[in-house]
Amino acid sequence: MMKSLGSIRRSFAPWADPASKPFISVKNVTKKFGDFTAVDDLSLNIYTREFFALLGASGCGKSTLLRMLAGFEQPTSGEIILDGQNLAGIPPYRRPVNMMFQSYALFPHMTVENNIAFGLKQDGMPKPEIAERVAQMLKLVKLEKFAKRKPHQLSGGQRQRVALARSLAKRPKVLLLDEPLGALDKKLREETQFELMDLQQELGLTFVIVTHDQEEAMTMADRIAVMSHGKVVQVATPAEIYEAPNSRFVADFIGDVNLFDGAVTSAEGGSVRIKTTGGIPVRMASSEKLANGARAAIAIRPEKIRISRQAPAHAPVNAAEGEIWDIGYLGDMTVFHVRLKDGKVVKASSLNAVRAVEDPLGYDQQVWISFGEDAGVVLKD
Amino acid sequence: MERWSRFNIASVVLGFGFLYLPIVLLVIFSFNESKLVTVWAGFSTKWYSQLWHNQGLLDAAWVTIRVGLLSATCATVLGTLAALALVRYSRFRGRVLFSGMVYAPLVMPEVITGLSLLLLFVAIGLDRGFWTITLAHITFTMCFVAVVVQSRLLSFDQSIEEAALDLGATPVRTFFAITLPVIAPAVFSGWVLAFTLSLDDLVISSFTTGPGATTLPMKIYSQVRLGVTPEINAICTIMIGIVALGVVVASILTKRREARREKDERAAFAAIG
Repeated sequence: MMKSLGSIRRSFAPWADPASKPFISVKNVTKKFGDFTAVDDLSLNIYTREFFALLGASGCGKSTLLRMLAGFEQPTSGEIILDGQNLAGIPPYRRPVNMMFQSYALFPHMTVENNIAFGLKQDGMPKPEIAERVAQMLKLVKLEKFAKRKPHQLSGGQRQRVALARSLAKRPKVLLLDEPLGALDKKLREETQFELMDLQQELGLTFVIVTHDQEEAMTMADRIAVMSHGKVVQVATPAEIYEAPNSRFVADFIGDVNLFDGAVTSAEGGSVRIKTTGGIPVRMASSEKLANGARAAIAIRPEKIRISRQAPAHAPVNAAEGEIWDIGYLGDMTVFHVRLKDGKVVKASSLNAVRAVEDPLGYDQQVWISFGEDAGVVLKD
Repeated sequence: MERWSRFNIASVVLGFGFLYLPIVLLVIFSFNESKLVTVWAGFSTKWYSQLWHNQGLLDAAWVTIRVGLLSATCATVLGTLAALALVRYSRFRGRVLFSGMVYAPLVMPEVITGLSLLLLFVAIGLDRGFWTITLAHITFTMCFVAVVVQSRLLSFDQSIEEAALDLGATPVRTFFAITLPVIAPAVFSGWVLAFTLSLDDLVISSFTTGPGATTLPMKIYSQVRLGVTPEINAICTIMIGIVALGVVVASILTKRREARREKDERAAFAAIG
């Protein structure tokens, strides 16, 4: 089953198809609390069956946007369309969306069973059907044995699953997840990430998740919206966000990055030449239209920087000499901090593909760092 | 544990003596054979049986209980609503003023509360009696309920209400299905507090009473002015007994619930490990 899901996932890209209609449309939405603008003229499209992540530091407006989708906050201006319906003025209890809360928000005075049945009872579903659906949800989250327990008789992971079952019981068109894994420990969190992904594929639902954890967003989401100060900085697939960030902010926010500032010396034929402030002549493949002398930066991920004892053949282009300043051994890979002549420290990581290396690189060694012409991204200032 | 030093023993004895000596004396003398309150003449329960023939005292007790039940119930409803408004709608204009005003009766001298209520009842031409006492008691016990319920609401996870709304419950249903059951213990404590306050209030009742509506504290007070009788001691002993019983039952219930909860939590964690 997993294999077929993988192939669905690979071919799933409705955002790239101009003919497909967005399921959720956020149009120029602004939300102000007094003088504070939490969400600032934000527009987004989310498609059916998409796993969409809103990623950003706390206070960037991602939770406010989610709460506007759920109906707990009303936009100050702009509109939200869900499945062709304008959500303005529709209270949370009449929206075809359900939310899973960060605190789980389980009803403390009700058993697991009754927690899950609560939403169904509000809809006036007949009792036998409720019982059937509850049993089905309990099975889905593997909590059949805990039906009669109260929330305080459950562990954190079990509570999280009850919250999930409760929010899925009504088969909402969209499930909103507010930091759903924030309260779990690391190992359980990683397991649950994959469980959530499988569940989303199995049920064919649209998930919108809010998280500040970039790894979580990268693992689970089809697309990520990176947010800052109430605005969306970039919306793209995890790979695009990582390999082709559109700004310094995104490059710096997602993963580790080396940023080389400099000035453009030439830009033509899909190649940009930049002289960095440290004096390195860099040539980078890029279709950016840049004027000579314009300020620009090159962003290169640590794993795309090579370390060698000898100068590479293309030196001095895309290469610089330095000494090893720090070594961080992480097991699966090693991170080197190389201090260049001008004092700039560059991070380079290399995979530990074999168990032991003869004559490994040590502290204070003179080395060359280098990178290919397609290793980095040119960012306009 | 540390050994009891003489100083500790002395302070405990002094403290408890200070608090309970008068009460113990009262209880002892309620079993006094003699009609003279301060002269012991042997054990007897005759004053208790005589109580049942004192129609005046029984009437007063009945009025007190009715006022207490009615005013505590109304005060609980109003106080809970006030607490909800204060905690939930933290953004409304004039909230600070409003919250100050709700709590003012807590520190207001009872004489002033009583007098102002009397003036109000006279001004609007309300005949003084059972209903005016009840209204007055609602007024001054409401803020106590509001304080108790508010402190519970402050630690209340509001996202469970949002979850209920999100799952399709209207705000009214959310209140009755989620909010009220969760804060019920605090609401009940508020009710008990209001009932107790109403039960032993003398000052405000005296101001707002009318013919035919004498509460037990008023009755006792008026009788004491003519001299303390062992009968009074007896009825006071009964009141002490009722209050003590209430306190003990309430604390046992709380203890048990906590113990059960703790056991459940231990079981839950044992299940994970």
